[in-house]
Amino acid sequence: MKPPVGSISRPSQPRRRGIGPAPVQWVLITVAVLFSAVFLVLPLVNVFAQALAAGFGPYWNALRDPETRSALRLTLLVAAISVPINALFGLAASWAIAKFEFRGKTMLLTVIDLPFSISPVVAGLLFVLLFGAQGLLGHWLEVRHIRILFALPGIVLATIFVTFPYVARELIPVMRAQGREQEEAALTLGAGGWTTFWHVTLPSVKWGLFYGIVLCNARAMGEFGAVAVVSGHVAGQTDTLPLRVEKLYNEFDPVAPFAVATLLALVALVTMAIKTFLEWKTRRQA
Amino acid sequence: MPGFNLTLGFTLVYLTLIVLVPIGALAIKALGLSWKELWELATNERAMAAYKLSLGASLLAAAINAVFGSLLAWVLACYRFPGRRVLDGLVDFPFALPTAVAGLTLANLFSDHGWLGQFLTPLGIKGAFSRLGVVIALTFVGLPFSVRTLQPEIQMLDESVQEAAICLGAGRWRRFITVTAPLLLPTMLTGFGLSFARALGEYGSIAFISGNLPFQTEIAPTLIVMRLDQYDYTGAISVALVLMIFSFALLLILNTLQGWADKFHEP
Repeated sequence: MKPPVGSISRPSQPRRRGIGPAPVQWVLITVAVLFSAVFLVLPLVNVFAQALAAGFGPYWNALRDPETRSALRLTLLVAAISVPINALFGLAASWAIAKFEFRGKTMLLTVIDLPFSISPVVAGLLFVLLFGAQGLLGHWLEVRHIRILFALPGIVLATIFVTFPYVARELIPVMRAQGREQEEAALTLGAGGWTTFWHVTLPSVKWGLFYGIVLCNARAMGEFGAVAVVSGHVAGQTDTLPLRVEKLYNEFDPVAPFAVATLLALVALVTMAIKTFLEWKTRRQA
Repeated sequence: MPGFNLTLGFTLVYLTLIVLVPIGALAIKALGLSWKELWELATNERAMAAYKLSLGASLLAAAINAVFGSLLAWVLACYRFPGRRVLDGLVDFPFALPTAVAGLTLANLFSDHGWLGQFLTPLGIKGAFSRLGVVIALTFVGLPFSVRTLQPEIQMLDESVQEAAICLGAGRWRRFITVTAPLLLPTMLTGFGLSFARALGEYGSIAFISGNLPFQTEIAPTLIVMRLDQYDYTGAISVALVLMIFSFALLLILNTLQGWADKFHEP
């Protein structure tokens, strides 16, 4: 079951106007706006308000903390590894699923959607049971001094598990809508498979691919549950930004967790801005 | 058309390594444990309290989203008003925001001295570090699922059906109750289910807002983490298995619902 959030190809203009009598309309609009103010606007504003409650000095100091900076570096590194790999997977999976018919496709789609229905904590647990000291490969790895759990590889694997469907799920409908005619024309004209992919397929799905990557990146940088289970929480080494937020929060620091949180909130805001822009762009093309 | 073997092969190898092998590890580990012990740890008092809170709070959050999320979807799809575009964009905010940040800011908002908590405290209501806090966080993370499921459906409502109802002399309310609402119901239920599924697995925001007290504000994913922290692998696996059974049952129901909703669109 694919969650509907994130797709950029949806109608957004209200086609029909003014259903119901005017007073009913205004009551409904007011309730919706009030609900959104409490549940959407206030939480966002509060992050920045608390981060800057003591002024720019403490905010800046919190961000300059060496352990926070190391967490930032780790988060960027994890995203830099897991997002391209997932993008590659997304391209391959969507090509196979959208351009060809084969048995077991529904099954394949179900497997791709699994991370949407498995709790991130359970996802982390899976890797603990595979690579942990008591895990299936634990002894084998220990003898060879290979560290996967409580180290970078484990964090990357857990992140990949939680975020791999996003690019694929964004690309499959776009590639399906594109059909195979253009590629077949290029192939008939003598273009090779890779040439066709680079010059015909990729340009026509580039915005879908781009948005899939943006979404995957936002989730990769923000993943908490799965990473919390496999990271080991070593300060300055295996703490990502979200884990750093939790640690500072548990130390009852009033400013620092919010200061770190503003970085993650900014990633979310940029992601939303890109989505709005791409929606506007695809609507204009349509 | 080339590339089938390459892309499907890569997809299958990737999924096997990233998804199937880890799930296989869980299966092998679980099979090696004593069933009696697994059952005992999956159903002891603390675990039952955690499931109860997980299911109850997720259901409540999904219900709140079914009401207010549907209202939001309706308002965004049907009406024009200043700020509609901004509101439409903001709906994705809980989806884009890392759950840790969501938990952090909600816990602060609803704490005793927070912007919203200060109004609840005199009423004797604890917003953060309580079961209410769990419901608030789960409502937040589930909201986009319920709005975004229903919104396109409302936009694509078939106007000819409405016109037919008008021709038959149905009034506004009657039209809404007998024509529009039944058309939207399957999708609304799908949105409810997706929001519920999202809430059931949620951990990040709850870790901040609930206080994580056993028997009181501890949800099932939190219990898994607590047991892992104590190296109680059997205990963690037992709760994880129960949670996965819930998720897969829900997935099955949702796919059935989706099939039902799709029937409405058959020409």
